[in-house]
Amino acid sequence: MSGALTIAGYALRESMRRRVFVVVLLLTVAFLALYAVGAKAAFDSIDAEAAGAAFNVDDQVLTGSTLLGLAMFTTLFLGCVLAVFLTLGAVRGDAERGLLQPLVVRPLGRTALLGGRFGAAAGVCGLYVAGVYAAATLITGWAGGWWPDDPIGPGVGLVAGVIIVAALSLLGSIFLSATANGIAVFMAFGAGLAAGLLGQIGDALDVNTLKNIAQIASWALPFEALYQGGLDSLTSGAEGTTAVIVQLGPFGGAQEAGPLLWPWTAAYLALLAAAARVAFARRDL
Amino acid sequence: MSAAFECRELSKRYGGTVALGGVDLDVRAGELVGLLGPNGAGKSTLVKIACGLVRPTGGAAEVAGEPAGSGDARAAIGYLAELFRFPEWLRADELLSLHQRLAGSRGGADERRELLELVQLSDASGTRVGAMSKGMQQRLGIAQALIGNPRLLMLDEPTSALDPVGRRIVRDLLLELKRRGVAVLLNSHLLSEVERVCDRVAILVGGRVVARGSPAELAQTRGVEVELDGGVRQYPDATREQVPEIVAQLVAAGEQVYGVRVLSSTLEETYLEAVEAAS
Repeated sequence: MSGALTIAGYALRESMRRRVFVVVLLLTVAFLALYAVGAKAAFDSIDAEAAGAAFNVDDQVLTGSTLLGLAMFTTLFLGCVLAVFLTLGAVRGDAERGLLQPLVVRPLGRTALLGGRFGAAAGVCGLYVAGVYAAATLITGWAGGWWPDDPIGPGVGLVAGVIIVAALSLLGSIFLSATANGIAVFMAFGAGLAAGLLGQIGDALDVNTLKNIAQIASWALPFEALYQGGLDSLTSGAEGTTAVIVQLGPFGGAQEAGPLLWPWTAAYLALLAAAARVAFARRDL
Repeated sequence: MSAAFECRELSKRYGGTVALGGVDLDVRAGELVGLLGPNGAGKSTLVKIACGLVRPTGGAAEVAGEPAGSGDARAAIGYLAELFRFPEWLRADELLSLHQRLAGSRGGADERRELLELVQLSDASGTRVGAMSKGMQQRLGIAQALIGNPRLLMLDEPTSALDPVGRRIVRDLLLELKRRGVAVLLNSHLLSEVERVCDRVAILVGGRVVARGSPAELAQTRGVEVELDGGVRQYPDATREQVPEIVAQLVAAGEQVYGVRVLSSTLEETYLEAVEAAS
């Protein structure tokens, strides 16, 4: 355990020194600043026009949930960028550069090394996502006085989603070179996003094939289901036409998280951990 | 006491390529053993199996009596890879501290100071790895490998980036470690270095040991040269023990003998012959 903590501390220090961390932080500051300006302008606009009343739509709920949903998507995307760049070369990439062997030879063991790397990446990305989500929620409340029905659940879902991406990337790093792994994980992220959009279209047009594709993708890539579940819980108290519109949500649509989502998320992470452990133990360095 | 390192019939295949084809080797405490061989001979693979970085296909390898790759075996090893790199943002002292924690060493600051002195980097303890020359990094790598007083030190081309002064430092260091009872497996292309410091040498070609012995044993006799009135006469099959008889015969035959030289091959010549014969 102490070996894993030492590796986690080492990986944390390493991650703070990577340029990608600075880039993501700068992008985040820029995003939050733009988000604040945009949210303020949007809420000011609906206050002035109050167009939704004619269609029996709660303008404030629609604007707030759509804006925060977009912020959640951006947060998940930036969190994934961070997760991928912190882990994409953790095994094969570092082994090819000669960084890994001096560590693996030490008696701490390969499992502890993987655990340390994962703990550091999950910690950094989880804190980052939680922080950005909290900031976006506060900005939304400040700009329009709208607060999500469940402010905690969506944030927890995003944190879990980005931890899954970090675990996928760490597993991929055992088999693939850093560049190939980065491309593969981003493609998986994009596939999850595309499946969510297909599901949204399937729901709107009532096409079972599209709905099935989206459902299978949600099981295979649960970060997408966690994101959709988070979107859904933003407006769990909405009713009528407002509820129908906000369920469409941005980038994938809101879907209520079933009772199996969280157990499956835990099992999924455990499966990734087991696969990574076996694969790393068998890998020649 | 078990050997610091021992392997029997050790083999490794990468797909259809045989990296090691049944190697027997042992390194005893306080012994310095050199591994020689051309590129692709299997030297690094052998060292990596001993360190638990590569899994053997067949045979067995033990470090300090424990199966190679096990936690106890790794705890007894110090290793410097041929192609190694340390994080450039770490200072020398921080790097050693990190490896102390990973190795479970309780030597603290005293051990770090002593190791940096040993590799003559005392002044560089606060220097970042990225600001060090390749030679300094290599010496720091040796210091890192010595953390926790390993029973067996595995050095894969430890002098490849060193200037003559750096090589001298490493050579003296190896002799000092030998005096302290540390076993060393030295993998090197620098035959002169190996000849100077190693107790025994194993020559690997194509994944097999084709010659082994002390540098003196490997340096075979190549006959006798006798300087006479009419020039130098050679006896290519003669040994050192036959010299008195040869000289007596020549004197009896009326020759004036001005000098006698027993010819022996250098390790380099033996190495080249072994490699040529094996391939």
